[in-house]
Amino acid sequence: MLSIKNLHANIEGNEILTGVNLEVKAGEVHAIMGPNGSGKSTLASVLAGRELFEVTEGKVKYLGNDLLELSPEERASEGIFLGFQYPIEIPGVSMVNFMKTAVNEQRKHKGLEPLSSQDFLKLMREKKALVELDTALANRSVNEGFSGGEKKRNEIFQMAMLEPKLSILDETDSGLDIDALKIVANGVNKLKSSENATVVITHYQRLLEYIVPDYVHVLYNGKIIKSGNKELAIELEKKGYDWLKKEELAQ
Amino acid sequence: MSLDTVKIETKDKFIELYQENKELIQNDSPDYINEIRNNAFEQFKNLGFPDKKSEKYKYTDLDKEFNNGYRTYLSPKNIKFQINDIFRCDVPELNTKVILLLNGWYYDRENLINELPNGAIVGSLQAAAKLYPEIFRKHFASYADVENEGMVALNTAFAQDGVFVFVPKGVIIEKPIQIINILMDEEEGLTQHRNLFVLEENSQASIVVCDHTLSTPNFLTNSVSEFYIGQNAHFDFSRMQNEHNGSKQVSHLYFQQERNSYVNANTISLHGGLIRNNVNVLLNGEGCENNTYGLYLTDKGQHIDNYVHMDHAFPNCTSNQLFKGVLDDFATGVFNGKVLVRKDAQKTQAFQANNNILLTDDNDMNTKPQLEIYADDVKCSHGATVGQLDEDALFYLRARGINKKESKLLLMYAFANDVIKTIQVPALKERIQDLVDKRLRGELSRCNSCQMHCC
Repeated sequence: MLSIKNLHANIEGNEILTGVNLEVKAGEVHAIMGPNGSGKSTLASVLAGRELFEVTEGKVKYLGNDLLELSPEERASEGIFLGFQYPIEIPGVSMVNFMKTAVNEQRKHKGLEPLSSQDFLKLMREKKALVELDTALANRSVNEGFSGGEKKRNEIFQMAMLEPKLSILDETDSGLDIDALKIVANGVNKLKSSENATVVITHYQRLLEYIVPDYVHVLYNGKIIKSGNKELAIELEKKGYDWLKKEELAQ
Repeated sequence: MSLDTVKIETKDKFIELYQENKELIQNDSPDYINEIRNNAFEQFKNLGFPDKKSEKYKYTDLDKEFNNGYRTYLSPKNIKFQINDIFRCDVPELNTKVILLLNGWYYDRENLINELPNGAIVGSLQAAAKLYPEIFRKHFASYADVENEGMVALNTAFAQDGVFVFVPKGVIIEKPIQIINILMDEEEGLTQHRNLFVLEENSQASIVVCDHTLSTPNFLTNSVSEFYIGQNAHFDFSRMQNEHNGSKQVSHLYFQQERNSYVNANTISLHGGLIRNNVNVLLNGEGCENNTYGLYLTDKGQHIDNYVHMDHAFPNCTSNQLFKGVLDDFATGVFNGKVLVRKDAQKTQAFQANNNILLTDDNDMNTKPQLEIYADDVKCSHGATVGQLDEDALFYLRARGINKKESKLLLMYAFANDVIKTIQVPALKERIQDLVDKRLRGELSRCNSCQMHCC
């Protein structure tokens, strides 16, 4: 589904990604871990098409096509979803209007008719229930005045509405208490199928108790320095990242 | 051989015009009005047009705009049209009785005055001045600043007609009264109409004003409106400016609010070549509330200049000002707002904000929010921003599959909606939301059912 080869990316002349390689297949869950400043969020942003970052080298193939050629909205319509680490507040744009526009723009991209108001509201109701999103929140402006946890839950709600093929969840667990974490993880698990894939970016192993990864990768200094299964995450939780940094230095 | 050219000052042209047509101008006004007129004319001779040295008109050169050959309408021009053919406003909830001013003159010459059963009066200013001298002596030219404002003096000297609305003590007019200013002629014209709105104590009314141009020639407007809002009175005012790019208008609104009165005033500027709006508010008693809001959407070479003077003369009053604008192409804008809190106006709450989005590098916005406070127990704030669309928000929307153009529209619309949502007539609010959406999309911003080709 996704194939990243030797990806390099800059922001304002600083190289953040220094040669990332990653293969993600349908049905898989990948976790990307790593210390602060290792480039995890940059990788997520580059995949979603943020123009702030400049790709200087490497290739990204998604469903057989060159992903880097596509605009952010085309990537979204092709099934890529970025769950933001810091979801943006957009005063004045209602959640309903936002989601309706997004769903129908994506349908238009696929050559489908826009959803009727009735069908749309029905879809909203279903998906709200899935992530236990408060109806009052759905009637407000996008993320405006939402608590940290509500914002994250809202990300998963949007994911449920848009039914992406590849979800990249950037630190979705940060700022969540254990109950909220369970709800978010539960949402992700319910949406999981053999057709779609999930990349979970996280600091802590805690989230991975609820979203069980098939693969765990460690990103350090802009590249993946170690990959393994879920046991790697447990090891990292116990030992921290220093032993890996040393290993990397030794090479 | 070169021709000798004598530069005639703009001011002198109007002095001459007045002197030559004095009889015609004064013909239909009672003596006491003509006395006010003559005084104003003398003031105008002293004051002239504000030039760029004037701090208030630093970025808008009116002398230049008025130095043209536009004809002044000294009497109503007989332009016959079937109003229903070109104008049909289907916004529900509005009074079906629409007041029309054609080039500054009350259009319905057969029914110049309407006295409603509850004692309210709606009609032509010229006719009303003859019929209701007590009201006029008390209120006419009592609030507008003829002493210091050349443009107001000019209007007071020349103005013959306009709209008069009187709401007596305790009367509530449920449905908003709609006033349409139509500019339509085969040649260029200058109108200087005058409106007077008097709401006595405990009364309530709502006015909706729409400015439209219906023909292509250039127009110039210099209008003055005075509003007296009595004790405990409640007044809602919405104005939509939708004239073509060849039109230029200067408007002056003067509000005097008495104790515990409430005013909500919105100006939505959709189109116009040059717009200068002056809003002057005197809070002349304790416990007043005034909300003055503005939204302007400009593009091409349009110029918008909003000036607000909020005078807190008594304690315990609240005022809110919010002006927001989106500038595109090479449009330019000005906001100049002042809140004056006088020494005795303790417990004043005054807020003022001006936010602008510039869509191109060629836009120019000058904003100057000012507070002048002489009381020591007040809560005041002011601020201004000039910026671009929020890149983070734009990316967030695009990352959900909404294309760039649509994402920008959503953000601009949300920005504008802060002002639109303060409009208190629900049906009008919806209509303006629709018009603003169309305007931002670059579509013709007129109501579907209306045949007016405003822009």
